[in-house]
Amino acid sequence: MKINITSENGTAIAVLCGEIDHHSARTLRSEIDRFVITMQPERLAMDFSGITFMDSSGIGLIIGRYKLMKEWGGQLEIRGTQPYIRRVLKLSGIERIVKIV
Amino acid sequence: MKILNEMKIILPSNSVNEGAARAAVSSFLIQADPTVEELSDIRTAVSEAVTNAIVHGYRGTKGNIEIIVRLLSEREIYIRIKDRGCGISDVKQAMEPLFTTAPEEERSGLGFSVMESFTDKLRVSSKTGKGTTVTMRKRLGCNGNC
Ligand SMILES: Nc1ncnc2c1ncn2[C@@H]1O[C@H](COP(=O)(O)OP(=O)(O)O)[C@@H](O)[C@H]1O
Ligand SMILES: [Mg+2]
Repeated sequence: MKINITSENGTAIAVLCGEIDHHSARTLRSEIDRFVITMQPERLAMDFSGITFMDSSGIGLIIGRYKLMKEWGGQLEIRGTQPYIRRVLKLSGIERIVKIV
Repeated sequence: MKILNEMKIILPSNSVNEGAARAAVSSFLIQADPTVEELSDIRTAVSEAVTNAIVHGYRGTKGNIEIIVRLLSEREIYIRIKDRGCGISDVKQAMEPLFTTAPEEERSGLGFSVMESFTDKLRVSSKTGKGTTVTMRKRLGCNGNC
């Protein structure tokens, strides 16, 4: 699992690589939160194009970041989801609250 | 149903073994020639059951998780994941979408929903203080309508 976070014009971009499960979600969560809480960006974009596996722990990770961004009125965006990730996302109905591009 | 081949593995409840369990089950199932989508569904379902054993079953303790994978006739896959953890007092409620006893840990309560929709049959038997056994079946090559 690898993560790279950068910021660009008020948007924090977190590029995730590897597998998202309960084991890796803990590290991802703390890395993203550390960056985002300091910066308080208008938007957080989570880029999933390098994710090769995700179970329902990924849903928890997304919902948690959605709630965090809402604390200062920021928005969350999900990018680069492969078909198998979209199947898990669909089950959660998360598309109704988070923008998926 | 005839058992054509079988794998049994025992893993201690360390979270790093969530990935190990997925990898072991996928490599065993390659011989059944699943599609990429079928294999990904099985990997996800296995991950959910193993994670539950670690996160909920053995919460605050350690124990072993037993995984049995069988390749049956007519391309049916049988998977049993068993823990000897705390057990579930109300299985029906636990299986409801979004129900979780650990929301503060960012659990989504969707583990059983994933297992249910990514396999053909899901059975959960559990006894408080004794543990939980999850059994899943999936038929390959029929997209869920055999
Ligand atoms: N192996 C298990 N041992 C004990 N409790 C379990 C087990 N599996 C599931 N549960 C209970 O069922 C609930 C729902 O499980 P699940 O749908 O996977 O959601 P989540 O893991 O996100 O909480 C859990 O919160 C837990 O209370
Ligand atoms: Mg779960």
